[in-house]
Order: sequence, then C-alpha cells, then structure tokens
Amino acid sequence: MVKDQEFLKSKASYCLDLAKKMGATDASVTVGHSISETVNFRNKSLEASDRSDGLALSIETYLGKRRSSISSSNLLDENIKTLIEKCFETTKITPEDEFNSLPDKNLLAKQISSLNLYDETRFENDKKIKYLKDLEESASSINQIINTESSFTENKSNFILANSDGFCDGYKTSSFAASCVAVAKDENSMERDYEFSSKRHLSDIKQATDLGNKAAKQTIRKLSPKKIGSEKISIIFDKRISKGMLSVFASAISASAIARGTSFLKDKINEQVFADTINVIDKPDIIKGMGSQNFDSEGVNSNTLQLIENGILKNYLVDTYNGKKLNLKSNGRSGGTTNLYFEKGNMSYEDLMKKNSRSLYITETIGHGSNIVTGDYSVGATGFLVEDGEFKYPVNEITIAGNFKDMFKNIILANDLEFEYSVNSPTMMIEGMTVAGK
Amino acid sequence: MSNFFNKSDLTRQDADKIVSETLNNCDDGELYLEESKSESIMLDDNKIKRSNYSSDLGFGLRAISNEVVAYSYSNEISKDSLKKSSENLKSTLKSINGTYNHEIPKSNKKFYEDINPIEQKTLDSKLEVLNKVNNFLRKKDGSVKQVTASFAGEQKSIEIIRSGGEALTDVRPLIRFNVSVMLEKNGRKETGVYGIGGRQSYDDYLKNDNWKNVCEEAFRIASVNLESKPAPAGEMKVVLGPGWPAILIHEAIGHGLEGDFNRKKTSAFHDLMGEKVASEGVTIVDDGTIDNRRGSLTIDDEGTPTERTVLIENGILKNFMQDRHNARLMNTRSTGSGRRENYRHIVLPRMRNTMMLSGNQTQDEMIKSVDKGIFAVSFGGGQVDITSGKFVFNCTEAYEINNGKIGSPIKGATLIGDGPSILKEVSMVGNDMMLDPGIGTCGKAGQGVPVGVAQPSILIDKMTVGGTKL
Repeated sequence: MVKDQEFLKSKASYCLDLAKKMGATDASVTVGHSISETVNFRNKSLEASDRSDGLALSIETYLGKRRSSISSSNLLDENIKTLIEKCFETTKITPEDEFNSLPDKNLLAKQISSLNLYDETRFENDKKIKYLKDLEESASSINQIINTESSFTENKSNFILANSDGFCDGYKTSSFAASCVAVAKDENSMERDYEFSSKRHLSDIKQATDLGNKAAKQTIRKLSPKKIGSEKISIIFDKRISKGMLSVFASAISASAIARGTSFLKDKINEQVFADTINVIDKPDIIKGMGSQNFDSEGVNSNTLQLIENGILKNYLVDTYNGKKLNLKSNGRSGGTTNLYFEKGNMSYEDLMKKNSRSLYITETIGHGSNIVTGDYSVGATGFLVEDGEFKYPVNEITIAGNFKDMFKNIILANDLEFEYSVNSPTMMIEGMTVAGK
Repeated sequence: MSNFFNKSDLTRQDADKIVSETLNNCDDGELYLEESKSESIMLDDNKIKRSNYSSDLGFGLRAISNEVVAYSYSNEISKDSLKKSSENLKSTLKSINGTYNHEIPKSNKKFYEDINPIEQKTLDSKLEVLNKVNNFLRKKDGSVKQVTASFAGEQKSIEIIRSGGEALTDVRPLIRFNVSVMLEKNGRKETGVYGIGGRQSYDDYLKNDNWKNVCEEAFRIASVNLESKPAPAGEMKVVLGPGWPAILIHEAIGHGLEGDFNRKKTSAFHDLMGEKVASEGVTIVDDGTIDNRRGSLTIDDEGTPTERTVLIENGILKNFMQDRHNARLMNTRSTGSGRRENYRHIVLPRMRNTMMLSGNQTQDEMIKSVDKGIFAVSFGGGQVDITSGKFVFNCTEAYEINNGKIGSPIKGATLIGDGPSILKEVSMVGNDMMLDPGIGTCGKAGQGVPVGVAQPSILIDKMTVGGTKL
C-alpha cells in the first residue's frame, strides 16, 4: 500500500520544524512515496517482473535570500537530521540571490478539487500476465512479425508538499501503462515499431488485442523501405511526432529560458509566432488527465492558460524564481506544462493527406536535433511517401531540417485531436521543409 | 566503504540467509546494496543557481530462472523489506526451477581509488572556481551573454551478495566539470559547451588552472558557430575528428553489439558474428580497465571484473558485450558488461569505454582527398534504432570541405547512417587516436550510465548530412 497522507505529513512537518529550529528563515519540503509493479513479456512468455517501492524526500532551506537543497531516499529521522544540518550549513555559505523566495502566499492553491487522478484498483500480476498474453497473441498472429515485447506497469503514488508559510497539501495519483514493441522481417529489412496506452484509470487502458494488433500493423508496413532523394517537400507529422513540436515550444517559453535569454522566442510576447489559425492551450484541470494537477511543484495554483491565441504568443510558463526576474507573477508552471494541446484545425485528415500531390508522412524521428537557442531543427526520420493521399512506400535513413521560427508559421492542423497523453496534437502538415536523403 | 548492516535490524547473517533461500532454485541472481552521495552545484546567469546534495540508499534483489528475471527493490534496508522482496520474487518464479551458478571470476586489479570527491574540495573553493569561470568568460568578450558552469560529484558504494554468502564490493568516485557559454553578435545567438571528468578528485582535473582551458574551448566552439552557414543536405564524404566524435561508433555499432539485442535477434548484427562488418584496418574494443576513465569499472554491477573486449578486429565481428544472464542463455561468458544506473534498475549489457584503435593515415591526407564533404569535429549526442540499424548524431562543430580544403563552419546538422554498413565505408583510419574528455552518458531502457569513447580521425566515404541547403 502506498503510504497515507498522515505519514507523509508527519515527515514533512518534522523536516520543517527541524529546519526552523536550526535557524532557517524559510523552508519547503516534498515527501513522496511510490509503488510500481511491472511485468514484461517477450514472444508470448514471461520475461521479467519488477517491483519498486520508493520513498523520496527533498528539502530547500532559506536563510534570507540564500538557498540550497538536499534530497534523499532515506527517511529515517536520524538521517533526515544529518541532511538538514548539512543543507543549512551549505545555505549559510551560498551567495545571496535577490530572486530566491517561497512563492507569494496569495498565489498558493487554496481549494483542492478532485480531478479523479487516483484509481485504487489493484491489477494483480496474474492479470497483467493474461493481458500481455492476449496482446502478444494478437501481435504475433500477423504475418512477418518475428519478435514481440510488451510490458504492463501499474503505479500508485502519494505526495505532500509543505512550506514554512503554512502550505501543506498533496494527493494520490495512479497510472497504468501497457506497451508493445514488435519486430518484423522480410527479405530486405528488419523493422521495429510500437504502440502504447497510458492512463490514470485501469478501465481506460486500450484493449490488449487492439494494442497488439496496432503495434504489429504499424511495424509490417515499414518493411522494405527506400531512401528518397534530397528535396524540398511538404511534411505530414503523425500525431505521435506532432506533439513533440509542442514540447519544443514549451521549453522555448519557459521563464527560465526567457530570463536567461537562451530561447528563440525571447521578447516575442504578443507577437505572431505561429500561423494565425493556431491556438495552444495548457489546461491543468482535465478530469483523469495524465498531466492534470491541482497546483505546481511550488504549491502555486494553476489555471488554464492560453499560450497561443490566433498565432500570437500570450503567456510564458512562469515559476516563482524566474517570474521575479522577469517581473511576472508565477502562473503555476514551476515544473512545466500540465495538459498541453493544439486546438484542432479545420481540415480532415483525408484532406490534409491529399493537400499536396506528393508529401512525406513522418512516423518516427531520432536524435536530439532541436536547438532552443537558435530554433534550428534537424533530425533523423522514418515514414512513408504519400502520393494523392495514399501511402506509396516506406522511407528511411533520411533527415528533415528547418527552423522552428519558419516551421511554426507554416503549420496546418487536421481536426483529429484526441486527449490521449499529457501533450496532444492533431496530425500536422508543414510545407516546404528540407529532406536530406540520397 | 559503506556498512549496510548497521543501519537497521537487518544483519549480514539474515541477508545471507534470505538471499540463499530465495536463489536456491534459481539459475542466478544476487542482492545488490548501494549507497550513493552526490552533489550538484551550478552557476548560471551570474548567480549560484543550484546547490544540491543527495544521499540515496537501497537494495535490489534479483532472481533469474531460465529466461525470466524477477526483480524487486526498496530504499528501506530492513529484514521485513528484504523478506517482502523475496516473497515477491518467489511468487513470480514459483513454477520455474534452475541450478545456481556459483562461479564468478576474480581479479584484484582496481582502476580508481576509494575516494569521496565531494569531501575532497570545500564548497567555498568550488564556488570560487565557478565565479572565476563566470568572470573570465564575461570579461573575455562583449559577445558573451550567458555563462553556465557546474560541478557534479558522486561517490557510489556497492555490495553484491550472492547465494552462499559470497560478497563483492566496489567504491566508485565520479566527477564532472562543465562550462556552457552563449554568445550574441549581430542578432545571432550560438552556444558552446565543453566539459571534463572521470573517476578522480576535482583537483586532479582542475590543476594548473585547467578550468581556463575548458572555458576557452566552450568559447571557441560558440565563436565558430556564430560564423556558421546553413549545412548542406544529401549524401557526401565525411571526415570525423579524433576523440569525442567516436560517439558515432557508440551509436552505429556499439548498441547493436550488446548481448541482449542479439540473444533476442532484434539487433541488425545478430547473424553477423565472424563476418566482415567493417573495412580492413578497423579494430574496435570496449574497455572497462583504463585507469580513472568515466566508463571504467573495477567490477561490473554483477560483480564480474571488467575487461578489454575486442568487438571488431580488422573488420571482422569477434564478440558481443555480455552480462551474466545473456551470456548464460547464449552459452558464452560475461564480458563484465553488466551495468545498472542504480539499485532501482535491472542489469543490462552496456558499453564502458568504446574505442576505435589508431591506423596509420593522417587527418591531413583525409581532408586533401575530399572534393566535397564535411569535416565534423564535435558532437552533441546520438541515437540508434537497433533493429533497422539506422543511427544519427548531431554535429556541434563542423566545416565544409571543398577541393581538399577546410572551408566555412556550418550550422549544427544531424548526420544519419546505417550501422551494419557504415564501417565498410571507412576508407582511411588516422594515427591520432584520442580519448574523449570524460563527459558521456549513455541511455538505454530509461537507464543512464557513464561511458567513454575514443577514436582516431576517420574518413567515411558516404553518409547523409541533414542540413537545409540543397
């Protein structure tokens, strides 16, 4: 069983009291406990089981504008005492920073509404095994699939965040995740692809057979790929790649990147950065949402934020420290975005596929080719050549490149948005990108 | 050395008993105990932005029978907690039987000292170095707009208890010093990053004001990039500089030669043992035994002493890298490559220091032989798709080559290639093998472990460069 609030609260207040007693002017502490159980399958038999049971503690102590932190997994009172002593000793000799402080009291979350983020259902390992068996039966029944690997993870967590201004709250969350990786082979190539499902509640997880079937089908269609020539071409990003554009956007508008001046979106507030049809929203209060939260990692209340309105940048993601630097109030985004999404576009998926007589549909990218400072983008990619709206043949060993400043202004979105993950996007098209191939 | 048995009611005798009982009918497994102390101190934006100390303690109990691995970890070291883990493992493996393999090789060689680098330098003197870095760079040039400098230090103590009570221990220091600088000139911004590190004390790396060299190198890379032009797009010749660019080898073939992917036949290399996979003159080893290197280990995380494993010899595939589990299933021996990020993770076969050995050509000869291509000197990181064999890496410093001469710097671009065939495209191997500066972390299945790479300059006849200029 995951530890209850009372246990975590008692540890948190022990830490705060101790820090205060030692002379800290302020302190904040997070105590968490998490239990995970994973079962792994390969080729229809059990491969591994894994159980983890972990406590985690992190403390920040302040002496005026001086601050330092410690973290530990050892919650014995004696160890905590030693660590807080060490932390406070370090705080004393760390230079002052005028922007260091706890969050403004009046921004702290006051009422915690239930977002239904915890499902107490216990999915026993025997049931996980049954699920994975069904999943792999389904995946391996498809011709040319030579290897399947799958896993099911169940996680239950609880935490308390407390600070010396009296904030003390936390809640339980759960997650269930199933995934399948399939390998297919023909006379020309061996290919791999995947599918997964991750939810707060067990009953929302995809059917085992559907998940296995989808992973297998996505894999076999990649067999016998061709390399295409280098050219300018319209690129269609599958949903699982288009949501990555939002993650890049989120890191470029984090108050820390803005304050440090290391973002290509610095000083772009109230300016057009996307095509004027584009709206980007971050919504923390979606019921059962994978990214939902009642407050951010500092205890600050978080409301829905319209980040992009008709293509115009409206908000940064602001935490207390960087907010003070930028002269902005925290908007509850210490720790980043919550449930981030593009509003759906006007065009159907079919129309998007047919918009150009020839385009490249990308299903996977590899490499760390996003530069937040310059906006330059260059990654390895695999996908399909699309002609007249139809997949013609699989393509690999190519790269796609551009600069986000131009790419964002040329985004066209389909109307097929679904809320599956914490970051969600419809299928996306960007015209006129460079592909490097043969 | 940590004493794991003075922290709670769990005695050494209890642990031995529970471990032996749990592993009685299994093929392999162990109790892994770990205590780590780590620090992270960062200066950024003219201020000490972070000063964090962590201590972590926990165990992982592993039982293996046939192909099944059962694992359970906790950060509560107690009799009750260990028993709970044992029950959990027994229930997973209830219907599977094995014979425990007690054999584990021994060596008394050590590749680093039992030190705690965190305690060997006072916080004050670390802060002083960080401030010096900041002042030095900001004074150096008006284009310097941002400076980030950091220390990261760790001491990890491990103890492995096998069925029957055999115990193996190791104490592992690790440090890293890093500088990142952003320049802005004529409306353009570029960053340069450089770092150093390994398994010695901070001062072993920072003596003779070596922090200045780290600053100069970061500044130089950023300055070069301020002048960069769009990179070309398409297939061309690529000359790689010595040292860190060997992450090409790490991505292109290293991962594909790890035992697990080959046992499962999901690696593009699984049926190529004994075959020619590289040009003649290409020899690649994975070596855990170089003194004080970031990727070196006295014993791996299963207790096996590390070694120098020849992966490719003169173009021929000779060995995969193995942990005990995959070695047993493939009827071979562990190469001392079983590693885990920490006690929260299972052991996987991983790289240590992966190196291509020197040949006899010069970098000059390579550049002169290229009509049109690029010269890549530094990289950010890479990734590979094990199954299709396709891999990428991102240049952070590169130049175009025209008619045998190095030309303008080009913008960061991704290079993509095919692992099983790329080494056959190597047409020249330099005489200038160099180790990387000690900064690499390899990710696999969500676990990061410190690694090293090395190589001489090499010429690759054909590779796709992912720029924007057609």
